[in-house]
Amino acid sequence: MKKIAISQLNTLFAAIAARKTLYIPADDGAGSAKFTVWQEGVTLTDKLNTVRSAKDLFFPQVENLVNFKVEGTKIDIVENRDAAEPFVVFGVRACDCASFDILDRVFLSDPVDTFYQTRRENGVVITLACSRPAETCFCGVFGIDAANPAGDITCWMDGESLYWRANTKKGEQLTAALDLADCDGSAVTAQQEATREILKKLPLNSLDLSDFKDQKLLDVFNSPKWAQLSESCLGCGTCTFVCPTCQCYDVQDFDNGREVRRFRCWDSCMYSDFTMMAHGTNRPTQKERFRQRFMHKLVYFPNNNEGIFGCVGCGRCLQKCPIHMNIVKVAKALKEELK
Amino acid sequence: MRNDPLIPMLGVVTMIRTDTPDVKTFRVTGVDGVKPFEHIPGQCAMLSIPGVGEALFSITSSPTEKDYLDFSIKKCGCVTTWLHQMEVGQQITIRGPYGNGFPVDTELAGKDLLFIAGGIGLAPLHSVINYCRHYRDRYGKIDIVYGSRSMADLVDFPEIIDEWCKEDGINVHLTIDNPQPEWDGHVGFVPNFVKELNFDTSKTVLMCGPPIMIKFTLSGLMDLGFEKNQVYTTFELKMKCALGKCGRCNIGDKYVCKDGPVFRLDEMDELPDEY
Repeated sequence: MKKIAISQLNTLFAAIAARKTLYIPADDGAGSAKFTVWQEGVTLTDKLNTVRSAKDLFFPQVENLVNFKVEGTKIDIVENRDAAEPFVVFGVRACDCASFDILDRVFLSDPVDTFYQTRRENGVVITLACSRPAETCFCGVFGIDAANPAGDITCWMDGESLYWRANTKKGEQLTAALDLADCDGSAVTAQQEATREILKKLPLNSLDLSDFKDQKLLDVFNSPKWAQLSESCLGCGTCTFVCPTCQCYDVQDFDNGREVRRFRCWDSCMYSDFTMMAHGTNRPTQKERFRQRFMHKLVYFPNNNEGIFGCVGCGRCLQKCPIHMNIVKVAKALKEELK
Repeated sequence: MRNDPLIPMLGVVTMIRTDTPDVKTFRVTGVDGVKPFEHIPGQCAMLSIPGVGEALFSITSSPTEKDYLDFSIKKCGCVTTWLHQMEVGQQITIRGPYGNGFPVDTELAGKDLLFIAGGIGLAPLHSVINYCRHYRDRYGKIDIVYGSRSMADLVDFPEIIDEWCKEDGINVHLTIDNPQPEWDGHVGFVPNFVKELNFDTSKTVLMCGPPIMIKFTLSGLMDLGFEKNQVYTTFELKMKCALGKCGRCNIGDKYVCKDGPVFRLDEMDELPDEY
């Protein structure tokens, strides 16, 4: 274990940024935090987490795939990949770090998505353990320990010091390039114990999703609860955009008159045109779209991934949904129904 | 360039045939004149016109055609409308093949086959039918039930009349929805026609058509005594990636692009009726 004084954080960030682009969670001046490229003057936020998750750095909201030059009947395929710079992201919380495992299962399974793969290879993830989890946090439900996050490097922070532990080869390489003092882990152990006490008492920590593992897919799908649960859904898609595990995307072409840029962008199963084809859609009302999102996270994804749920308990959807609907309410209502 | 499955290759349209008032068949090769890739009957490919969009189409030609891929495409949306107005020599982009295809060399081998198609639903089955004709001794008797709105809407009509109907061991049963003066064949919808034909239940069924036809035909087949595990069908839902990642073509926990598009109907029993 290594450590550095909090007063020296700026020096640490400068040393990392001298090697690779560094992102840290910083206040955006509008009341929220977001991952921001570090430069002199950018400081770490006091907020527990960013509004948008760290998934942006590996699966950006918009990215170029390829360009086409079209002349008469001829087409030229022109490479237009966004530059793939090595980068470091500091301050990723345990939940967001766990979301990378879920995204990996989608994008790194055969056939591999090389856009995502390149960013994963180029990125060094430095996590930051939580010491003040919020009431909307429920990562523990998914076996995630907010006091001991994964990542290439794990950090803990108290009022005086930043503690630092390299977990992977990538993490060790970065650590070796920095000037950090050795220390024992006693301060970290004490903080972890205190954090785990708080985690235990969080109101949503007792959510038990194990019932979903024994349910027949169709029993959950056909539950009469969906109509009621989805009734007030606006279909705004906010839940999907702030969700660290939502990965659905659209592919679109933009023709600027000289060439055609093919890009992909985040999409949302909550939107009416998500499955709209020339002859209609198989999810005609918000009920079907709403059900798709939660069935995917609670049933479909686990069915295809050794029981792993498509949720990490970050609580963003609890905080941001304009009608206060969220995965916890849905899971509880369905459990009640399926008993 | 790091190869990515989302990046297509170039193809060129070498032949366009008008089949019906709203269906054309497009022959595609690579720009080098070589077939873009090998496939299994029932598999699909993503075709795109840059600036218009990309969409998934089933491959109509049999894998035994050495030099090209054919696509029979009905004009109904943005991409298909564009394809319908283009001319021979047009370059397009193509990627694939996608999906599982029909189990032509395993579960279907040695079986008597009953093909049931409605309208443009013949497109994916066309590939299987011609594959089975090519390897005729690997399969038993072949029955083909094919229906469309009108005589003019029967896709591949000349090939059906001049080749399929004349081959020993292949029985073709055509039907159209409404009577026409120049039509002396059967008139009526596919599901009823299948029941009237009272097929021997030892056959294995391959079916494709509009979802409503599939639902009613399936219930007719059940009435005749067929089991769901004797019936295969192929689905189409909206897709963007065809790689099982963009997240929209799922029926329950199965992605049509990756786990399908061909499903045996007993597999559908455990999946939602959301298609």
